[in-house]
Amino acid sequence: MSVLDVASIRADFPILKRTVRNDRRLVYLDSGATSQKPYQVLDAERDFYENHNAAVHRGAHLLAEEATDAFEHSRSNIANFIGANADDLVFTKNATEAINLVSYAFLNATLKSQHKKDLPAGSERFILKVGDEILVTEMEHHANLVPWQELCDKTGAVLRWIGLTDEGRLDLSDDSLFNERTRIVALTHQSNLLGTVNDIPAIVKLARAVDSLILLDACQSVPHMSIDVSTLGVDFLTWSGHKMLGPLGIGCLWGRAELLAAMPPFITGGSMIEVVSMAGTTFAAPPKRFEAGVPMAAQAVGLSAAVDYLRALGMDKVAAHEHEMTKATIAGLQSIPGIRIIGPEDLVDRGSAVSFVVDGLHPHDVGQVLDENGIAVRVGQHCAKPVCSRYGISAATRATYYIYNDLDDVSALIEGIHTTKKFFGV
Amino acid sequence: MYQEIILDHYKRPHGKGLNEEFQAEVHHVNPTCGDEITLRVSGNEDGTISVSYDNQGCSISQASASIMFDQINNLNFEHGEKAVEHLVAMLQRTQDPNEDVLGDGIALVGVAQYPARVKCALLPWMAWKDAAIQAGMKKER
Repeated sequence: MSVLDVASIRADFPILKRTVRNDRRLVYLDSGATSQKPYQVLDAERDFYENHNAAVHRGAHLLAEEATDAFEHSRSNIANFIGANADDLVFTKNATEAINLVSYAFLNATLKSQHKKDLPAGSERFILKVGDEILVTEMEHHANLVPWQELCDKTGAVLRWIGLTDEGRLDLSDDSLFNERTRIVALTHQSNLLGTVNDIPAIVKLARAVDSLILLDACQSVPHMSIDVSTLGVDFLTWSGHKMLGPLGIGCLWGRAELLAAMPPFITGGSMIEVVSMAGTTFAAPPKRFEAGVPMAAQAVGLSAAVDYLRALGMDKVAAHEHEMTKATIAGLQSIPGIRIIGPEDLVDRGSAVSFVVDGLHPHDVGQVLDENGIAVRVGQHCAKPVCSRYGISAATRATYYIYNDLDDVSALIEGIHTTKKFFGV
Repeated sequence: MYQEIILDHYKRPHGKGLNEEFQAEVHHVNPTCGDEITLRVSGNEDGTISVSYDNQGCSISQASASIMFDQINNLNFEHGEKAVEHLVAMLQRTQDPNEDVLGDGIALVGVAQYPARVKCALLPWMAWKDAAIQAGMKKER
């Protein structure tokens, strides 16, 4: 008996009623890429468009008021979900944009200071000098790697990274990586490929000892476990809505209030200003400073409904449920000859992203045969090419689980791999 | 999609292995799935082009490279390009498979039903075209 009532959860997800190739039932094991959406989220978004649609933070009419209320109520609700204040939560297009927003705060502060332009009080924390260091890890998604490479290229800062052990964990043996030049440590909470859940208290301790900022990419953790930024110890948290039952097109950045206040804007234009003249502009306080243009109100409302849905289930139960499937998947894969799991095989500090390679088969071919059997997995490099290189693979097949999966889905995957091996004769 | 002929080319690829001498070398990748090919070309006295390659990737991209080698090694640019264009059209379902042009490549027709795999099938052929152009083998008319 699962900790979650999967049958009643599945009834909330219309897409799970359809069949896929060869009239098979859909076994959706790609929630790490994007989750499916329950009626509650779809209905909330539809209700916004049908009954309250207007451009928020503009206009004096009733609909504009209702839309603005719905948008700001959503902000409060989503912030509450991670133990934050609404004023410290910025909506972005996705998590990638949220990370870029922080990297551009560094770039823009650095450039403006070189030209002696006005900056918010406290912006010194974001001004980089040649030789300053940005610290990432070898397990980052490209979204938390490329923006920092770019920042270094533009400022003369140096990118350094924490390597990985053969078991798929961070190798923290070289503590000189954390030093007085380290300005920000940007790392993932849970690797999207390895499934590793990083030891954040240990990282926070190392980073604080050298007075560095910390950004946590929580795309694979906020949807799957209980998160409370008031005790987590990091400075920034970034994640996306669509991986946690919410709509596409909305991501989140949480930041400490004093840091957001000290950051120059990223995307500029309407809504994010205070006073504009032809000679220059002053900017609104956060979070609006970082939300130029008409925002994604319907998506915020949808994400707020997703948060309600997850809260009602209980995030500890969500994590326990996924743990059962992770355990069964790893055991199932270990029982098949010629399978190599990429990532930790123990279940401690491990999420439900399970990647593997099948000896003699390219993941694309594995994914194709699984698809013929109704099983949707992710194949390829998972936007984490350096992780593939670290473990000497060109690509991997990945199964990821969520609240609507159960042990039957795990069995389907294991059976599908047997079918694939038989088909190709390996 | 996985016809026997494709699996045969995949398991026993033709022409795999790089020539020492070459006029142009390209490295093409399919970053979403990790297919990679290194391909070299050199011109022969009769105006034809010798091709050699080394690759890794899925069965479709590897079989397609093997078929490409069979079909366009030692053809001139014009004939090779005609084969590439025919393959593209076949995979876009705007042209029926023509065995005279594509040989075993007509077996790739099933790939057209899987848009995510079309790039795998095209990768070696596009690499050939790129390399041949870089080597200056495309003659201005």
